Amino acid sequence: MTDKPINNRAWLLVAPVLAFVLFSALLPMMTVVNYSVQDTMGANNFFWNGDGWFRAVLDPSTESGQRFADALFRNLSFSFVALLIEVPLGVAIALCLPRRGWVVGLCLVIMALPMLIPWNVVGTIWQIFARADIGLFGATLTGLGLHYNDTQDPVSAWCTIVVIDVWHWTPLVILLSYAGLRAISDAYYQAAKIDGASRWAVFVNIELPKLRKVLVLAILLRFMQTFMIYTEPFVVTGGGPGSATTFLSIDLVKIALGQVDLGAAAAMSLIYNLITITLCWIFYTIMTQLDRRRDA
Amino acid sequence: MARITLDGVAHSYQTDSAETTYALRRLDHVWRQGRAYALLGPSGCGKTTLLNIISGLITPSSGRILFDDKDVTALPTEKRNIAQVFQFPVIYDTMTVAQNLAFPLKNRGVERGAIERRVREIAELLDLTKDLGRPARGLTADAKQKISLGRGLVRPDVAAVLFDEPLTVIDPSLKWELRSKLKAVHRALDVLMIYVTHDQIEALTFADEVVVMKDGRVLQIATPGQLFDEPDHTFVGYFIGSPGMNLVEAEVDGATARVAGQTIQLARRYPKPPAGSSVRLGFRPDYARLSSEGVLKVQVQKIDDLGRRRLARVKLGPHEIFATVPNDAPINDGMANLAIKPERLFVYVNDERVAGEPS
Amino acid sequence: MSVRLENVSVVSAGETIIDNVNLAFERGTMNVLLGVTLSGKTTLMRLMAGLDKPSSGRVFAADSDVTGTPVRKRSVAMVYQQFINYPSLTVYENIASPLRVARLAQAEVDTRVREAARVLGLEPLLDRLPAQLSGGQQQRTAIARAIVKGAELVLMDEPLANLDYKLREELREELPRILKQSGAVLVYATTEPLEALLLGGNTATLSKGRVIQFGPTADVYHHPNHIESARVFSDPPLNEIAIVKREGVIQFGDFHHAPSVGLLSGIADGAYTLAFRADAMSLTEAWPNSLKFDGRISVAEISGSESFVHVESPHGVLVCVEPGVSARQPGQPVTLYVDATRVFVFDRAGAPVAASQ
Repeated sequence: MTDKPINNRAWLLVAPVLAFVLFSALLPMMTVVNYSVQDTMGANNFFWNGDGWFRAVLDPSTESGQRFADALFRNLSFSFVALLIEVPLGVAIALCLPRRGWVVGLCLVIMALPMLIPWNVVGTIWQIFARADIGLFGATLTGLGLHYNDTQDPVSAWCTIVVIDVWHWTPLVILLSYAGLRAISDAYYQAAKIDGASRWAVFVNIELPKLRKVLVLAILLRFMQTFMIYTEPFVVTGGGPGSATTFLSIDLVKIALGQVDLGAAAAMSLIYNLITITLCWIFYTIMTQLDRRRDA
Repeated sequence: MARITLDGVAHSYQTDSAETTYALRRLDHVWRQGRAYALLGPSGCGKTTLLNIISGLITPSSGRILFDDKDVTALPTEKRNIAQVFQFPVIYDTMTVAQNLAFPLKNRGVERGAIERRVREIAELLDLTKDLGRPARGLTADAKQKISLGRGLVRPDVAAVLFDEPLTVIDPSLKWELRSKLKAVHRALDVLMIYVTHDQIEALTFADEVVVMKDGRVLQIATPGQLFDEPDHTFVGYFIGSPGMNLVEAEVDGATARVAGQTIQLARRYPKPPAGSSVRLGFRPDYARLSSEGVLKVQVQKIDDLGRRRLARVKLGPHEIFATVPNDAPINDGMANLAIKPERLFVYVNDERVAGEPS
Repeated sequence: MSVRLENVSVVSAGETIIDNVNLAFERGTMNVLLGVTLSGKTTLMRLMAGLDKPSSGRVFAADSDVTGTPVRKRSVAMVYQQFINYPSLTVYENIASPLRVARLAQAEVDTRVREAARVLGLEPLLDRLPAQLSGGQQQRTAIARAIVKGAELVLMDEPLANLDYKLREELREELPRILKQSGAVLVYATTEPLEALLLGGNTATLSKGRVIQFGPTADVYHHPNHIESARVFSDPPLNEIAIVKREGVIQFGDFHHAPSVGLLSGIADGAYTLAFRADAMSLTEAWPNSLKFDGRISVAEISGSESFVHVESPHGVLVCVEPGVSARQPGQPVTLYVDATRVFVFDRAGAPVAASQ
C-alpha cells in the first residue's frame, strides 16, 4: 500500500543476523562461484575457464553432462512419484480426522512424530528396517513372496527411498490439510446437506476449492525437500545399487570430494540451485495469483 | 405443507439448569404456510436457537416439532426439506451461477429440461438472469446472497425458507434492494419464510407477523402495526421504533395518573396495581408533541434535526423523554408544553401492559 | 490543536484512492466523514493518524508538518469497527495500556482509568476479560482506551457498525456527550446519513476518494453543492428524474409535461436533473406547487416510526416516507405528489441550479 514512515534504527537490530548470514552463506557461495569459473592443474594453479564447466555440464554428450542429466532425471521422477503419493494420502487422512475433540490432538501428535526424527536417524532406522533378512519391513515383504532386496535390486532401492520419504513427511501434508479444512465454516457443510449433496460432491465442490492455497503450499514445500534429498539415500543405499538412487546431491558430493573435480561440481551445484529457485518462484507466483483471483 | 407446529418446545445448552436460564423458554406456536415471519430481538435472545430447532440443526431439549402432522423432531436437516440462507453467502466457488442454482435439483435426480426451466424461473425472480453463465465466485456479496436464496427456492416443494440475519455482510446502500427483493419473492412464491434479525427495519418490512424475543422468552407475536401501536411489553415498546417508547414511573388510580407531580388523564380506567409492583406509563415520541395545547410542563434540553423531522429531548420532572417537534414551530430552550395522545398512552405493571376498562 | 490536510492524494497500484483532499478541523469539534464503503474514509483516517503516508500533499497538526512523523510520535487515538481490545488483559489493564506505555505513575494511571470507566459505565466490569463482555461493552472498553490517553485527535472508524440496532442508538447519543469534554478534534467515519445528522458538528461528504462538501452538518444536508453530495447524504436514496425545460414547460421523458411550479419556475430553459428526498414526496398531500405522477406501489419498508414506500413511476422507482406503520400493499395504484418548493435542481454536470433556502 502506501509508504509507512520508516524507522531506520530498526535495521541496526538486524545487522548481527545479516553479518552471520553473510559469513556462513554468502562467502561459501562466492567460493563456489569462484571454483565454477576456474580450472586447476593441481598444486594451487588456477586459471580462468569462463563458462567451460557450465557448457560441459549442460551438454548431455559429455561425460559430466550425461551424469548431470541422469541425476536430474532421477530427482525429478522421485519428486513426482513422492508427491503423487504424499499429497492425496495426506489429504485423505486429514479428511478422516474428526473436526472437534481431544482425540484429534492426540492423533496429530502421534502422526507428527516421524517429522521430528533427525534425517540421518531416519536413514539408520530404515537401513535396518528394510533389510531383507532381519528387518521387519524387508522380511515381511520377502515373506509375502515379493522379490525385495534394497541393497541389490534397483527397483527395491527406489521404492524403499520413496516409502521412507512418504513415512517421514506425509504428516506435514496432513497437518496443513487439516488446518485448511478446519478453516471451512460449518455453514458450508450445512448448506451442502440441505442441498442434498453427496460426500464426493462436498469434497469436489467445497473442500477441494477451499484447500487450493494450502495444497499449493504443501506441494511447494514437499517438492523443494524431495528435490534436495540427500541424507536418507546416502545412509540407506549409499546411492546404489549402481547409480539407481544417486540423486544430484549425492552425485555432487562424489564429484567434489571423491574425484576432487571442483570445477564441475561447483558448476553443477550452481545450476542445481538455479533450478530449485526457478521452480520455487513458479510455485510462489501461482500462489499469489490464486490469492489475487480469490480476492477479486 | 400447510403449517409447522411447535409443541412445548424449549432448549438449554447446558444439562440440568433451571427453566429461567434456558436459551429458549417453552414455546407453543403454529407457523402457517405462505406467511412471512420475523424473529426479532437483541443478541442472545434465543432467536437463532429457535431457527436452528426449526431447521433441524439443534434437537430441542424438550417438546416436539411437527410439519403438518408429522413429528420431525428427530429428523435431520436434510430430510426436512427446508432451505436456509446464512449470514454470509454460501456458494460453490467452482460453479457458475446457473450450476449453483441447479445443484439441489441435480442431486435429487430431476431431469435436465425441468432443471433448466426452474433455474431460469428463479433467476428471473431474483434478477440474476444476466449473470447465469458467470462464475459465482466473482460476484458481489448481495448477488451471492441472492444465489444462496435461489438455491433454496429452486426446489418447488420446499417446506420453508429460513433466513439467519442474511443482510449482515451486505453494503448498506444495497440493503434496500435486497429487502424489497425478498418481499417480492415472498409475494410471488407464497412459501413460508422465517427471518431472524436484530434490525427492526428488516423485521417490520419483511414480516406479516413479528415474534419479539428477549432472554429466551417470546414477548409478543403480532403484525408490525400492532407492535408499534400496542406493545404488550415495555421491552417491545422500547425495541421497536426509533427512538423507542418513553417509559416513566407513575402512580395510576382509575382514569388518572400522576407523573412527577403532574396529572394526566388516561383514556381508560385501570384497577389499582398491587403494592410493590413497578408501574410505568408508556407513550411513543411520535404521539407526544410539543405544542401550546399541551397540559404537561417540560423542560427542553436539546433539539435534534433529523432532516425529515425534529425530535426534542425534554425533561418531565426527573425523567428524560423524547417528543416530536412540528417542523414549522419555533422552539427555544426552556419550558414548553407537551401534549400526549391519550389513546396512545399505556399503563405497564411489572413491564406487562394492563388493558384496563373503557371509561 | 487543529488538524489540516493539504492537497493530499494517495495513489496505489495505479489507482487513485484519495484525490486531492483539503480539509481543516478545529479543536473541540466533531467532524463526520460520510460516504459509502470504499469511498476513502478509512484511508483518510489512517493518513491523519500517521499509519500511512500520502503519495503527495501534507498533513499538519497544530500547524506543524507531521506528514513524515510516525504514528507513535503523534497524539492520536483510534477506535475501530471491530472492537479491538487486548484479549488477555482485563478491562482495567486494557484501558490502562496507553498510560503504561507512556510510563505514568500507578496512582495517576488508576485515577484516569477509573474516571474513563465511570464516564463509559464500565466500573462494575473492570476485572473482566474482553471475551466475557457483550459487544457493546467491548466497544465501550475500546472507546475508554481511546479517551484515557487524552489524545488531541480521536479517530473513530464506524465504531457502532457491528453493534445491535438499539445499542447503536444508545451509544450514538452518549458518544458526543462523552467526547465533548476532552476538547480534542473528533473525526467519526460512517456510512449512515442519520448518524451524521444526530452527531451534529461538521460533515464532509466523500465519494470515490474526493471530498465533495465540508461544512456544518445541517448546512451540507439542506444545501448540497453538488448532486453527489446530496446523493451521499440521503437515506432513503435520493430520487432523481431527468427533465428538460422548454418554453416554460417541464418535460419528463417523452409524454409527461408539467407546468413550471415552485423552484422550477426560476430556471432557464435547458436540461436538468430534478432531485428530491423522500420527505418531499407524498402519496396523500397535494401541496400547492406540487408535481403530480401516477404510479404503483412496489414495496413498503416499515421501521416503526416511519415507513418508506417505494413507488414505480414512469420515471423509475421513487421513494417516499410516510409516518407510522404503512398499510400500503404492493400493486396498489397511487398518485404521487412532489413538493416543488422542496426540491433540488442540478444541471446535467451536477452543479446546483435551484434549491430552497
